[in-house]
Amino acid sequence: MPQIVIHQAKAQDPQSLAALCPFDAIEFADGILSINSGCRMCRLCIKNGPQGVFEYVEDARPGVDKSLWRGVAVFADQTGGQIHPVTWELLGKATELAVKIKQPVYCLLAGYNVAAAAPEILEYGPDEVYVYDLPELEHFRIEPYTAVFEDFINKVKPSVVLVGGTSIGRSLAPRAAARFRTGLTADCTMLDIRPDTDLDQIRPAYGGNIMAHINTPNHRPQFATVRYKIFSAPEKVAVPKGRIVRCEIAPERLASAINVLEVKPKRREVGIEEAEVIVVAGRGLKKREDLDMIRELAAALDGRVASTRSLIEAGWTEPRQQIGLSGRTVKPKLIITCGVSGAIQFVAGMNNSELIVAINEDEKAPIFKTAHIGIVGDMYQIIPALINKIREYKAAGHGSPAGCLQTCGGKA
Amino acid sequence: MRIAVCIKQVPGTAQVEIDEKTGVLKRDGVESKMNPYDLYAMETALRFKHDYGAEVDVITMGPPQCEAIVREAFMMGVDRGIILSDRKFGGADVLATSYTLSQGIRKAGNYDLIICGKQTTDGDTAQVGAELAEFLGIPHVTSVCRVLKVEDKSITVDLDLPMHIETAAIQFPCLITVEKGIFEPRLPSFKLKLATADRKIEWLGLKDLDDRNEMHYGLNGSPTQVKRIFPPESHSGRDMWKGSSGDLAARLFQMLKDKKFLQQAR
Repeated sequence: MPQIVIHQAKAQDPQSLAALCPFDAIEFADGILSINSGCRMCRLCIKNGPQGVFEYVEDARPGVDKSLWRGVAVFADQTGGQIHPVTWELLGKATELAVKIKQPVYCLLAGYNVAAAAPEILEYGPDEVYVYDLPELEHFRIEPYTAVFEDFINKVKPSVVLVGGTSIGRSLAPRAAARFRTGLTADCTMLDIRPDTDLDQIRPAYGGNIMAHINTPNHRPQFATVRYKIFSAPEKVAVPKGRIVRCEIAPERLASAINVLEVKPKRREVGIEEAEVIVVAGRGLKKREDLDMIRELAAALDGRVASTRSLIEAGWTEPRQQIGLSGRTVKPKLIITCGVSGAIQFVAGMNNSELIVAINEDEKAPIFKTAHIGIVGDMYQIIPALINKIREYKAAGHGSPAGCLQTCGGKA
Repeated sequence: MRIAVCIKQVPGTAQVEIDEKTGVLKRDGVESKMNPYDLYAMETALRFKHDYGAEVDVITMGPPQCEAIVREAFMMGVDRGIILSDRKFGGADVLATSYTLSQGIRKAGNYDLIICGKQTTDGDTAQVGAELAEFLGIPHVTSVCRVLKVEDKSITVDLDLPMHIETAAIQFPCLITVEKGIFEPRLPSFKLKLATADRKIEWLGLKDLDDRNEMHYGLNGSPTQVKRIFPPESHSGRDMWKGSSGDLAARLFQMLKDKKFLQQAR
């Protein structure tokens, strides 16, 4: 493994050399310079230090035989037999990667009374779906699920394993990766694969202020988790080519020290602070009834309705819906302001939102200075047209897989 | 009952920047602090100390400077502090970190319960808890939002899942990771600061562990390698759209579709 070697004889001014390291990993004690555990191998000391003092030494270590590990596997994330849509997105990415290295795509489906979901999985293109349908897998409990994952990996020997960054995936993937003493990269936002099957993984760190490019060069399988909505779900294939493989596992391997006593559906009363999508009504709204249009748009986007202060003073909306210095501060993934001029007191409560779309007739409205996308136009024409388009899209079966409506509906 | 809480020292702010030229983190003048999520893990343990007389230890891995957060833990009421520090531990990824912690915990004692925070603010991976449980060979649950019952041989908790609250009983020994907000963390006490000023911290290096094979630790024991770090693409400039209402609606629809706002939220 690589290390940094210090050539003591060439070190002239040890104190200043110690200062080279931004991680305080260079120590000077008892007349000897040394590297402590803070070292991140950034090699800045080699780059910025005097020539020849610090040296990067790489010793070749026999790696894993990569030809023994083939294919890209996806864990099918499910609760109560309902497949989480991140699974489709991962199958799409897995297919893309597998085509590049000309290897198969596998899917692992584990649960109880879940076998019925396997044919649907095949429509997203994997070559084989491995199904473990067992009563011990009714609830997600870590020991039996890890045992099944281990069994699957030993059977298939995939080079890459993709797992959704869901609450299940974020618990299961690290456990399974540790069992194989291999690497796992969490919350990847980009994935690519090299001809030698090394997976290029890119993920944000430090709260998204930095991106890291990560490889797992000497271990297999290579685990990565990806959050929902990072990749796109592929179109279903007309004639699935894959096959379903029924798997058994010895019951004693499925023992668990966890006893699930109760599962209660969560009453999700999302306030505007927690909402991922917010539609804001402003003074441009002509009458109270027009709020229906705003509500409809929010419902279509699975979001919440908020407003500026003027509508609250008019008694059209509730104080808990107010955004701004005298109301709530929000930071949603998407905020659409409709007929909002953009007074400073309002903007201060929402300007950290990830994507700000402003609709206003007045091209000079201050909100356009804050918006990422400024739409100059009449909201009374644009919004109904937009709602229609979204309805048509959803009616065509996009965006809301079967079973979703009763779980997600009605909370907007 | 014996409890170990895993803690970590992290940069005091997430506002770190990258030097565009060298591609290296700018860390000048960045203060360190205890990972804020660990405060909830520690608070959970300290409630058990109060309610059930549990003994609470903290364990951390890091450079010598991380003594500061162990001292801070003492000021909150933690009984014992263990620091895993060795230059051989440096450059560890999730696997090597979890393995090192597991070795330290095995050395430190027989614990009934290990508590971890949800994640750290620097690595952000939320994986160490699950990997640590695997190396210790004990069950784990994540997303604990409420403790319902603590008994001799088990703990009953609520798990905060996306669509459900799940109630589960887990037998000891086990590992749990707790959500932010499970309890309100206490502030360090000045009285305890004085009382614990001389308390000895236990330092463990590679030579103190059962597995002394240095290939299992630090950079050597890390399957993942960071090839490079770089600044994220910034949300560039502002975009002004003009045109007929129909066109604007169509364009907005396309943008919402492309950015996946038309899919179900989960």
